[in-house]
Amino acid sequence: MKNPRELSLPGKVGAYAVLMAFTAFAIFPILSLISISLRPGDRLLTKSLDIIPPDATLSTYSDLFFKEPFLLWLGNSLMVSGAVTVVGVGLAATAGYAFSRYKFTGKNFAMLGLLATQMFPLTMLLLPLFIVLIKLQLYDTYWALIIAYSATALPFTTWQMKGYYDTIPYSLEEAASIDGCPPFKTFWTIVLPLAAPALVITALFSFMTAWSEYLVAAALIQDQSRFTLPLGLKMFQSSMEVKWGLYSAGALVVSLPVVILFVVLSRWLVSGLTLGSVKG
Amino acid sequence: MAAGAGEVQNNRLALIYTSPTFLIMGLVIVFPFVYNVVVSFSNMNLQHFRDWRIVGIDNYIAVFTDRVFWYYFMKTILWTVINVFFHVAIGIWLALILDKDLRGRSFFRTILILPWAVPQYITALTWRGMFNSEYGAVSLLLQKLFGWNFSWLNDEWGAFTACLIANIWLGFPFMMVVALGGLQSIPRELYEAAEIDGSSWFDKLRTITLPLLKPVMVPAVTLGVIWTFNNFNVVWLVSNGGEPSDTSHILVSWVYKAAFRYFRMGYAAAFSMVIFAILIIFGWNFVRRTRATEAVY
Repeated sequence: MKNPRELSLPGKVGAYAVLMAFTAFAIFPILSLISISLRPGDRLLTKSLDIIPPDATLSTYSDLFFKEPFLLWLGNSLMVSGAVTVVGVGLAATAGYAFSRYKFTGKNFAMLGLLATQMFPLTMLLLPLFIVLIKLQLYDTYWALIIAYSATALPFTTWQMKGYYDTIPYSLEEAASIDGCPPFKTFWTIVLPLAAPALVITALFSFMTAWSEYLVAAALIQDQSRFTLPLGLKMFQSSMEVKWGLYSAGALVVSLPVVILFVVLSRWLVSGLTLGSVKG
Repeated sequence: MAAGAGEVQNNRLALIYTSPTFLIMGLVIVFPFVYNVVVSFSNMNLQHFRDWRIVGIDNYIAVFTDRVFWYYFMKTILWTVINVFFHVAIGIWLALILDKDLRGRSFFRTILILPWAVPQYITALTWRGMFNSEYGAVSLLLQKLFGWNFSWLNDEWGAFTACLIANIWLGFPFMMVVALGGLQSIPRELYEAAEIDGSSWFDKLRTITLPLLKPVMVPAVTLGVIWTFNNFNVVWLVSNGGEPSDTSHILVSWVYKAAFRYFRMGYAAAFSMVIFAILIIFGWNFVRRTRATEAVY
């Protein structure tokens, strides 16, 4: 019997041709960033298409780190993303637990409500949120971003945590409660350690949500000393003279960690995502 | 028999565990939504930011009588349809290839996932740079290969095409990964049986692969439509806020501009209610129709 996954020779040639074409498409912008970031300052506006310029230099990177407020933006982004990670993990771990283990009034409504928030266009919520935050005197503070990003990540991470708790046998908790262990202690000492893999995914997802967000930050942050990385990188492009070299070097530095994380995590992200939407 | 997970009634504990989440969701999503409904019936704008009052349905009338609404609406439909079509077609095509026994599949799979991994705003800003008419890589490539000079971002449909290309770039890997997962769950025996019946490659694709991919692709396409319809980042950043002169918007980017650049708050709030209604109608229809087709099978 012929293996259905085997290809004939012409089939293989065609398959590789298609793969190569789309690989080229996929890496074209990335190569273009690398090339621009390596050019010396006086040759930024070159018309050459070389990937590694003949006079490649890392001077743009040192300018980025030491002459521009890049480290300040990095610090702001790390602080906001770190806070969102802590809030996101704490809230998703507890809410997901209640959804998995308890029966309570309004449970189905609440779970569907969480999914439904994904339908709301962000631009619709942004204007009232902006007004509310001004009233609460939180406009143009890190808190505004931390609250908004946590809410963006929570529906997905709560569902993801619930799905993971569902796979942990309930008999462990029953045994603990028969032995007289109070519910909070059972959750903290027995269930949470078992849910460690899901907690890691939740943490990384929350971090990446906050790290890569532009629109909310653009609407809620005004003071340049509080700029996060997306606002900073946009500034390289929007000022009167566009700083292509600095933008390209910054974009690569900012993307590299999340790209690596994402590629490693992609399998889990997709299974959680399709699971959630199929069940909903 | 002892109660299993999810069967223990405990309102008090459940409330303790869930209330922080609902507090934050209420603050960021529910309350702003209600507030948005109120603002949409008011005259709030730059002159009346603090002393606004309810003026009735004036804003809604303004939205529907404004020519730009219909214009951006058609553009958004076009934008969504073209994007999702290419995402799904390229995604399934690549998944079908990566599902075969090929040397270096995991290498190609990793590279092809990269566009999804890059933060969206960086994708958009980078493509904007690449479409720059003088020094952008796309423009230079076209010039060297075909001697073709085109100033993409200064032309309405050029800017639209630039946004499309950037968005197709970032969207196909998601569909590819979903389709790959779906392909792996199709039992091999079906293909072997079809082989015995002497079915052609195309018959197998039409009668086995595509119908069995459908259950996985339907939720992914629904999400894809909603994401693309609401995709502010790419349109806003590639076209630099709707340039040239507010022609290259889709609905969501126009709402943002009306609210945060022109400070027409009441109008923008009403406009976004209309966008929301469109999405609800789409989502509801989609669920109803897919349920109907599932019942037929």
